[in-house]
Amino acid sequence: MKNLALLATLVTGALLLYGTKDFPAWGDPQDPASTYLSPYYIENAVEQTHVPNIVTAVLGDYRGYDTMFETVVIYCAGMAVLSVLWRKKEE
Amino acid sequence: MRDIHEHTAGEDLIIKTSVRLMVPFIQVFGLYVIVHGHYSPGGGFQGGVILGASFILLALAFGMKTSQEYMTVGVNAVLNNLGPAIFIGVGVLCTLFGGLFLDYSALDKLIPLGPVEWRSFGIFLIEIGVGVAVMSIMVLLYWNLSSGGSMDEGL
Repeated sequence: MKNLALLATLVTGALLLYGTKDFPAWGDPQDPASTYLSPYYIENAVEQTHVPNIVTAVLGDYRGYDTMFETVVIYCAGMAVLSVLWRKKEE
Repeated sequence: MRDIHEHTAGEDLIIKTSVRLMVPFIQVFGLYVIVHGHYSPGGGFQGGVILGASFILLALAFGMKTSQEYMTVGVNAVLNNLGPAIFIGVGVLCTLFGGLFLDYSALDKLIPLGPVEWRSFGIFLIEIGVGVAVMSIMVLLYWNLSSGGSMDEGL
């Protein structure tokens, strides 16, 4: 069983590493994110949201779903630990 | 085993005094980081962690019971659920006023501040939700992991 889990981990890891081969190079000025997504945020975020910190505008407004599920992940982590460990006092 | 626990329960005067002095400033700084997230690095996650750390420091120096006098287990359970509920509640409220989910400009029909100002203020509301959730869940994780789940005495 342990060997099977190790095999599954290695195969998945190898597939993921193989997938990164097609990514644009890190910081490449010609990749899709740098050619139209980042300039859109830099040019429009302040006038569309009135938030001087563009990171906060992207995190809270343009990528609101992502932040919502980050909060849900933290909630799930807390509830998982609570459901495994918590017990009532014996008295 | 029992002896070690009794002697490590924070009887040191220097630690107790310095923690008593530090905790209020840590909490004010945590609130500042949450509220000032629009203008400087910061926001709900970072500020929530700082606020949670102040309660964990209290539990380390004075014992878990003392930290539970300031945030009881019941209040902690309410805050755990309140944080995500604020976030999702703001999103649902946007849909009720005719916008998309988490499109804060729709809330302009509730209080007319202008759609652009509402996008700024909506980010502030969800940052509060994130901060409450992160703070209370940090404390919950510490209480459970350090006491093995009994939540009465630990580190």
